[in-house]
Amino acid sequence: MTLKYPSQAVATPYFIAAIGLFVAQILFGLIIGLQYVVGDFLFPEIPFNVARMVHTNTLIVWLLMGFMGAAYYLIPEEAETDLHMPWLATLMFWVFLVAAALTVLGYLLVPYATLAEMTGNDLFPTMGREFLEQPTITKIGIVIVALAFIYNIGMTVLKGRKTVVSLVLLVGLVGLAVFFLFSFFNPLNLVQDKFWWWWTIHLWVEGVWELILGAILAFVLIKVTGVDREIVEKWLYVIIAMALITGLIGTGHHYYWIGAPEYWQWWGSVFSALEPIPFFMMAVFAFNMVNRRRRNHPNKAATLWALGCAVMAFLGAGVWGFLHTLSPVNYYTHGTQITAAHGHMAFYGAYVMINLAIISYAMPILRGREANGEKAQVLEMWSFWLMTVSMVFITLFLTAAGILQVYLQRYSDNPQSFMVVQDKIELFYWMRFFAGVVFLGGLVAYIWSFFVPGEKTAAQMAPVGQAGEGGSAVTPGV
Amino acid sequence: MAQAFTKEMARNIFYGGTVFFFLLFLALTFDTHLALPDRDRRELLDPETDLGQQIALGKKVWEDNNCVGCHSLLGEGAYFAPELGNVYTRYNNSTDGIIGFIKSRPKDGIPGRRSMPQFNLSDEELEGVAQFLKYASQIDAAGWPPNIEG
Repeated sequence: MTLKYPSQAVATPYFIAAIGLFVAQILFGLIIGLQYVVGDFLFPEIPFNVARMVHTNTLIVWLLMGFMGAAYYLIPEEAETDLHMPWLATLMFWVFLVAAALTVLGYLLVPYATLAEMTGNDLFPTMGREFLEQPTITKIGIVIVALAFIYNIGMTVLKGRKTVVSLVLLVGLVGLAVFFLFSFFNPLNLVQDKFWWWWTIHLWVEGVWELILGAILAFVLIKVTGVDREIVEKWLYVIIAMALITGLIGTGHHYYWIGAPEYWQWWGSVFSALEPIPFFMMAVFAFNMVNRRRRNHPNKAATLWALGCAVMAFLGAGVWGFLHTLSPVNYYTHGTQITAAHGHMAFYGAYVMINLAIISYAMPILRGREANGEKAQVLEMWSFWLMTVSMVFITLFLTAAGILQVYLQRYSDNPQSFMVVQDKIELFYWMRFFAGVVFLGGLVAYIWSFFVPGEKTAAQMAPVGQAGEGGSAVTPGV
Repeated sequence: MAQAFTKEMARNIFYGGTVFFFLLFLALTFDTHLALPDRDRRELLDPETDLGQQIALGKKVWEDNNCVGCHSLLGEGAYFAPELGNVYTRYNNSTDGIIGFIKSRPKDGIPGRRSMPQFNLSDEELEGVAQFLKYASQIDAAGWPPNIEG
């Protein structure tokens, strides 16, 4: 099986680098997980703040790498034309990878203050804010890569077929670039600093990224189920409409306690209480499409990731988000392990799993086969369950830690100090760490599945069905 | 979904809803910025004053050392080390207490336990970061945190 459009091949290095950075993210996650209970682990060589920065920044970069790979893969197919400038996509891959590697090396090899000095942070201070720790020059690099990427994707869409999937993806990507610009705004006034910081952070993950997620999920579902595009696109519009209708004002749940007016407690509570709706619809949508499939695609693993993504995004972003979003609850839970619990499952469910879904679907095709062999897929599905179940446990242990923390430190009659409480909830940190080790095992199985030799499946040997976009046709309603 | 509900209607809800709620969000943002002068203690930040310069240096020290990588400030940041939005009040309204703590961190940590790194800050930087944290404690954060422990 060959690619429909040769330029789709530029996606391959993006996917491989994404998985490589994913490994780094998990290794550093284990380091900080251990530092929670063995406080002097790797101290002072790799202090907690440095390892955490590597953990969160590699996450962001690998998700972006995955989004870019996904766009380069699916846009030519949607637009029915080759990529506008394949060489630009390859060049930008190397620029992005080298910038990311240098930044991570900078974090690890010199003290952060030295890195700030070396990269001229005094001239244009943007560093030292959560998730936006990258040197200013790296941020400028990200903007350049994003602009070249959007230009390439945009021109491809313009010259080809314009589908709802590509349009929604493009709107999401433009939003991603635009809202990143707020990372350059760093006023001395702490309230304003925090207020606008959320325009990058919240409007990314609870705003425009949901458009990207929706578009990629819609693409994968069209491919693996063969359901009529019209139906998928209608769902997609409704889901992303609900995402932005609830999520824009939903930003208010970050404005309760940072100095903004009290009315945000009403706006934020009401609208963010509605934020689970688009995620619930996404789960209903995914199962609906698979139940109404018009063909059985041989890539079972990709279908599993797509369904898993919709369910876990609903649980992590929807349910665990709702758990602490109402302002009277958030008053007690703000900035505790409850937030960490939500963050872990939401990022894994929504953004890690959508990336693994598109990689699972596209990589076999990029490697010249419609789907991996039976053995490779079984191993990949093992990795799905290992990672997903261990992430559920990580979330449950952090939630337990968070409930105890809130009670002991903030709610009981005799509130105790932060570090005293941390010692008392140590058991849950240990259990979280061991769940993290199992997660790493799942990731190893995942990578291993790429190297399992592919014997031909029955479906691959059968002639490809007339349904068009791959897979053997089955009778409707199966 | 029923046939009566078309893709075009879904599309219009998306565009209409997004534009409407984004404009509403902008309006609330504008109103917030009108209300902030009474809440955010911006009068302390006047660059013409010693205090304003100290706080500016303090915020730079805060950022250049990635303090938010372990601590939270008004509940935002990492959850590895104590909340600092009210550390000034927790230390009995004393900047000296804050300075003394930062200065006394052992270079090689504490065996088996979490310990803040020794950042080797100058006296000026120490005073700045303490004044920055004092300023943070004076922001009207709607009664948060719930108690002195942060």
